[in-house]
Amino acid sequence: MEQQNVHTHEFDNGLTLIVEQMKDVQSAAFSFMVPAGCIYDPDDKNGTAAMLADWITRGAGSLNSRDLFTTLDNLGLQRAESAGANHITFSGASVADQLGEALCIYGDILLRPTLPEDQFEAVLLGAEQSLLAIEDEPQRRVMVELRRRTFRAPWGRSSDGCLDHLPNITPQSVRAHYETHFRPNGSIIGIAGNVDVDATIGLISDVFGSWQTKPATTIEPGDRGLARDFIEFDSAQTHIGVAYDSVPFDDPDYYTAWAATSVLSGGMSARLFTEVRERRGLCYSIYASQASMKHEGRVLCYAGTSNERAQETLDVTLQELKKLGDGIEESELARCKARAKSSLVMQQESSRGRAGSLARNWFLLGRVRTLEEVRDRIDALTVSDVVDFVRRHPARDFTVLTVGPKPLNIND
Amino acid sequence: MQFHETTLDNGLKVIGELNGSVHSVAVGFFVRTGARDESPDVNGVSHFLEHMAFKGNEKHSADDVNRVFDEIGAEYNAQTGEEATLYYAAILPEYLPIAFEMLSGLLTPSLREEDFNTEKQVILEEISMYQDQPMHVAYDHAMQTHFKGHALGKSILGPYEGIEALTVDQMRNYHATHYRGGNITLAVAGNTNWDQIVKLAEQSCRAVPAGSIERSIVEPHSQGGLSVVPQDSRVQQNVVQMTAAPSAQSELRFAAELLTVIVGDDGGSRIYWELVDPGLVEFAELGYYDYDGAGLFTTWLGCQPDKTKDILARIQGIYQQVNLDGVTVEELEQARNKVASRVVLRSERPMGRLSSLGGNWISRQEYRSVADDLATLRALTVEDIRRVLDEFPLGALTTSTVGPLKSLDL
Repeated sequence: MEQQNVHTHEFDNGLTLIVEQMKDVQSAAFSFMVPAGCIYDPDDKNGTAAMLADWITRGAGSLNSRDLFTTLDNLGLQRAESAGANHITFSGASVADQLGEALCIYGDILLRPTLPEDQFEAVLLGAEQSLLAIEDEPQRRVMVELRRRTFRAPWGRSSDGCLDHLPNITPQSVRAHYETHFRPNGSIIGIAGNVDVDATIGLISDVFGSWQTKPATTIEPGDRGLARDFIEFDSAQTHIGVAYDSVPFDDPDYYTAWAATSVLSGGMSARLFTEVRERRGLCYSIYASQASMKHEGRVLCYAGTSNERAQETLDVTLQELKKLGDGIEESELARCKARAKSSLVMQQESSRGRAGSLARNWFLLGRVRTLEEVRDRIDALTVSDVVDFVRRHPARDFTVLTVGPKPLNIND
Repeated sequence: MQFHETTLDNGLKVIGELNGSVHSVAVGFFVRTGARDESPDVNGVSHFLEHMAFKGNEKHSADDVNRVFDEIGAEYNAQTGEEATLYYAAILPEYLPIAFEMLSGLLTPSLREEDFNTEKQVILEEISMYQDQPMHVAYDHAMQTHFKGHALGKSILGPYEGIEALTVDQMRNYHATHYRGGNITLAVAGNTNWDQIVKLAEQSCRAVPAGSIERSIVEPHSQGGLSVVPQDSRVQQNVVQMTAAPSAQSELRFAAELLTVIVGDDGGSRIYWELVDPGLVEFAELGYYDYDGAGLFTTWLGCQPDKTKDILARIQGIYQQVNLDGVTVEELEQARNKVASRVVLRSERPMGRLSSLGGNWISRQEYRSVADDLATLRALTVEDIRRVLDEFPLGALTTSTVGPLKSLDL
């Protein structure tokens, strides 16, 4: 693995920049995380962050919405703005020599948005349409609703918002969200690609150096939602969501937890795919994923299956989750390691992937784990580490949510 | 970047675009067969066969196949479309020999009856899963209506009852006639050397029989039509509209692509500013899709049911305007910059290069470098867009909709 060239710079106003120079690519990408995600939505206004992420690009500095779009398009910037639990993230990628100009426009978007009153109605209508679409897609809906039930409030909130909260959200309340939460301290910008490190530090200093520090808002984790639930829906399949406890991202056991989940669902030779789909033909889509945040981690599983076979699918899936504590083969762990190694090397080909990873690492750990460090930690794992972890963190106390015509029995 | 090509004794074509500055290599077998090549009694067999390929051959069991791919950390899968079935893997260069062995093994599966019966259940589950996705249902109905009586009107997954009735012998026959050297292109992109590729291809593709099968390419003369699928449980209305566009062999295809970016890209297009930006719809886009001897301009719309008729009329208004007046130089320039950047970014990773490398070859026996694509883009003018519009005006010959509406009065 090649030596990575990663530099970190903290500006006086608290903004953190992490730059990774990648000489083999032509592109450059950024991921800008502002601590204004949906956990900061007022309790009766879930959807505020999502609406701000849309409204904020509808005019900034001297540019109106259309000019802003046109300028960024002409720079060939592929971009996205999205609200997550902790952050609103602005990401973009382009051919490397265009990135500087694009970032200057993001200076306007983040520091000098117009938030035009006459565009608010459009933002509200857009938010409503997105939420209605989720109601129609049970496969998406089950995971949105599973997160709401299994994570400690308010981290389980849907970043898209909540239909019945929309009438409470006003231009004033969204503007207040911007005023309170858009700040340099706590914001992180990851930049990766064919860029010069010193020039990048200079550019970010020029564009974001004047941004004024504001006090941070602290939120304490609350309760989880219902552990057993069912949403009736007239669908061809029953959509099953299961979640259980794991560890946060900065936990010393994080990679051990990751390996345990990979034995279940990393690759097509993993247990859930093999036992539930390949051997029994019970479903087309089944997976488990490690969802580790800063303060807690869960494993989230999904299976979708025709209604008459849904009970068997749920029973077999829960059995497989619980069976992990009975033991793991050397070869299963070896495959997890091989997949990780390959994926780490391939990450060096993607400026977008690296930019996002740099920023997320900084948020979750307060530093960047190099690809080499990750590889070494994964290489060092043994079967007894993983089995021991699973016994200390057994798959039990499940959150189970199903969406379909009929409820299922939960035999755990 | 270097391009190479050769043909093996069994007619299997091998092409490679080699690039020493990346870390991985992507390998794909593009089999020129898909739903359009199926007779009605075996509709869905190409896709089902793609699943069966992973059930092993005389040398490797089903468990072996997935186990070995995972042992080498491959990013691998397969996909089936109307015109091609693709088996691919992205790997680190040191695993190239084993990846070749495993991928080529997928082309000569044993097709055991027991595996066939188990996998049939998975296919039926996949069909049910897509039935729960309203946009997918709308797309399938639109294709069936637009290409009624034409080979492209067959669904990729096949009908539920048809798959239930399909026998393993029907699949074996289909495999024996379609999986032949002359019908297969092996494409390789990324960090490797050509001599190694040729050697590995010769070793691993010996078992593929020689021969090929002609695809019948009939120009579709769509009569269009309307298909309304009422579903009371939905809250939103999903709509797909189709009209004719340049084929994969047409020189107008780049201009057609830019036209759809100007008119119906997901951001910054005419449709975006009129409908998405004001929040009148959940999404509305226009895309260009090319096939052998046929092409489609497809409109995708998700909106509230009571607004559907009005929104569709506004979309037609946008199309009529552009049919009449064409596009502006500024619009063309903006779309060109956008698409050029997409081409460059997508091509940075071998996996991103693989699909255009193999796709260009199976559609046109043509190699196009990233530089070729960028040069073509730079040369396009508003007159080229005018030519597309004159020959293939935007419109909605076919409409399909899924949602609460019982009828749609266009």
